[in-house]
Amino acid sequence: MKSQIYQGSMTGSKSGIRFERIGKSFGATSVLRQVSLNIADGEFLTLLGPSGCGKSTLLRILAGLEVQTGGSVAIGDRLVDGVRPKKRDVAMVFQSYALYPHMTVQENMSVPLRMRRLSPWQRLPLLGRFLPGTKATAAEIELDVMRTAKALGIGHLLARKPGQLSGGQRQRVAVGRAMVRKPAVFLMDEPLSNLDAKLRVQMRAEIKELHQRLGVTFVYVTHDQSEAMTMSDRVAVMLDGELLQVAPPQEIYADPDDRRAAEFIGSPKINMLDGKLRDGALVDVAGTTFAVAADAAHGTGLTLGIRPEAFHLVDAGGLNVLTGAVRLVEHMGSDLFVHLNVPGMDQPVVARLLAERAPHIAPGQTLHLGVKPDRLLMFAADGRRLRGGDQSDAKVLRMKERVQ
Amino acid sequence: MTVASPTAPQEAGIRTDTAAARRALRNQRIAEVLSAWSLAGPALVLLVVLFFLPVLSVFAIALTDWQFGASTLSFVGLANFREVVADQGFRASLANTLLYVVIVVPGTIVLGLAIALLIESGKSCRAFYRAIHFLPFMATLTAMAIAWEALLHPTIGLVNQTLAGLGLPSANWLRDENTVLPILAMIGIWQNLGYAMVLFLAGLKAIPQDFYDAADIDGADLWFDRLRTVTLPMLGPVAMFVFIVVALKAFETFDTVQVLTQGGPGHASEMLLYTLYRESFEYLRTGYGASVAVVFLFIVVALTLVQARVMDKRVHYQ
Repeated sequence: MKSQIYQGSMTGSKSGIRFERIGKSFGATSVLRQVSLNIADGEFLTLLGPSGCGKSTLLRILAGLEVQTGGSVAIGDRLVDGVRPKKRDVAMVFQSYALYPHMTVQENMSVPLRMRRLSPWQRLPLLGRFLPGTKATAAEIELDVMRTAKALGIGHLLARKPGQLSGGQRQRVAVGRAMVRKPAVFLMDEPLSNLDAKLRVQMRAEIKELHQRLGVTFVYVTHDQSEAMTMSDRVAVMLDGELLQVAPPQEIYADPDDRRAAEFIGSPKINMLDGKLRDGALVDVAGTTFAVAADAAHGTGLTLGIRPEAFHLVDAGGLNVLTGAVRLVEHMGSDLFVHLNVPGMDQPVVARLLAERAPHIAPGQTLHLGVKPDRLLMFAADGRRLRGGDQSDAKVLRMKERVQ
Repeated sequence: MTVASPTAPQEAGIRTDTAAARRALRNQRIAEVLSAWSLAGPALVLLVVLFFLPVLSVFAIALTDWQFGASTLSFVGLANFREVVADQGFRASLANTLLYVVIVVPGTIVLGLAIALLIESGKSCRAFYRAIHFLPFMATLTAMAIAWEALLHPTIGLVNQTLAGLGLPSANWLRDENTVLPILAMIGIWQNLGYAMVLFLAGLKAIPQDFYDAADIDGADLWFDRLRTVTLPMLGPVAMFVFIVVALKAFETFDTVQVLTQGGPGHASEMLLYTLYRESFEYLRTGYGASVAVVFLFIVVALTLVQARVMDKRVHYQ
């Protein structure tokens, strides 16, 4: 199930990115530890993690705004360590948008072009416009800005200043300023977190479309798992300055490498049940026995991860079935979130059931929730994922016989 | 009213209730008005006694020939103002003041900003540099003026001795009508520099780092591009404040003139506030002095209004 689509396609890429053992510390505080990551040309990669995990720092190192303490960064086939941001061919959208408040939208969007296409002499106030070539270049810049603004639907806002725009419009101008000079790499640092929920969903789709249209590499930083899941080709989950897992969103969700990655992604959160391994194939959790296939010693403590939607209603208790009293029912339309108090567990178990299959559930009622063996995720005490060997139905049946 | 058939006593009860409620409401409003006046009152009284009444009396005195200490006065209409306009001394004083302002304001702003940028760009000794540049502003100007007088002394002053030592021509700085005003302006800049610098430093601190990052990414990474794209525009409101305050302080210059030159040589260093003081309290021509004060007041108010009107639009970007 491991995706190989983006790995190894680095050679000859125009805007692939390679992080090699990047370290960054501020004084004694280490923010990034030996981060290595390859991003393919044209990929949409999201750095996902809680605040303070180092994701923004990694992005700023890529942009050249921050200098790493160790390791190297390459964009395309070129090492960019010590190269100024201007020369890296990257554009960035900031969380605050960082639009120059004294300039109109038109002026804001033309800054990157003016800085590149006009010489320092031609940029001089008053005098610059009389130098040969300034007028023609300025006209070209105006045309390019106009074209980009039209493509983003902000053509009618060109004469306004950022203070006169709504949040969504400012966001578009920030994207426009990044887009106008056709960079090889787009960097986005939490660009949607200042927008309201409805606009965020809309802009999410627009950024995704923009990526498809431009076909260049996007590196996107967010702490919002739904943004990461909906937009990315691959997600890099970060915690405490380390990469936990880099994989396509559905793979991180269904097949996480690490307990912390599993817990960070998914809403409601994954249920984590602590248990002990017995006979190499059974786990006892709060009075229930789960059949698993783990290559670990007898008596090893491990944690079972069960996604809320992995549960289904069954009639009676038994192997792979949790039994408990309903504590709370949340109706979500097509789904129900059922919180179940299981005797012997301090946290309620949350199950996501299809509303049509579970019509009459009321608090206080006793429920039996079954789990298919292939939906059980096992984690070692240090958080590492334990992958069992073969978990075929035949083997589970054999277990069942032995238990009864 | 939704009740089907209210009986008479009930209705009467409701009526008295509403009357009582209205009375309570009125009492509450009266109490609010009273407390508002009692809170604003002391400040209002002070403002009237210490500000509005003196200004009004200056306007009134300007229309009379009153001499300080005299027991009689007569109404002379606009005669004082006519005299002010015709007076060579006053014209020289006005011209000197304007020239002084034109040197001091840009000089203070440019140097203050340059020093603030230098301090901000360096890493070490920031507090020390801040302190030594701010000291002149804290010191009493009269005392500082005496120190300057010693420095500028034609024979034993440090300035002339240094110039002589270097083989350069020296001058009698405070007695030469060509140098006296520039020297006073230089002292004015020296004194206000620290104030402008501190305000600019605060303004620089308030510029979000994001703008500099964005400028870096956009390619504005040479120092003058950063200055033009981010720093100067973002300092607009601070610069406007500094401009107004320094301009007003420059118009009010008095101490250095009084201590160092007394308006001389001739009228070469006479300035508005000094003229006002001399006419009113040395020559005791209080009516004439009051009319100079009125002219001074008009200039300052007009300046402030124009600055606020014009600059407010250009430095606040919302």
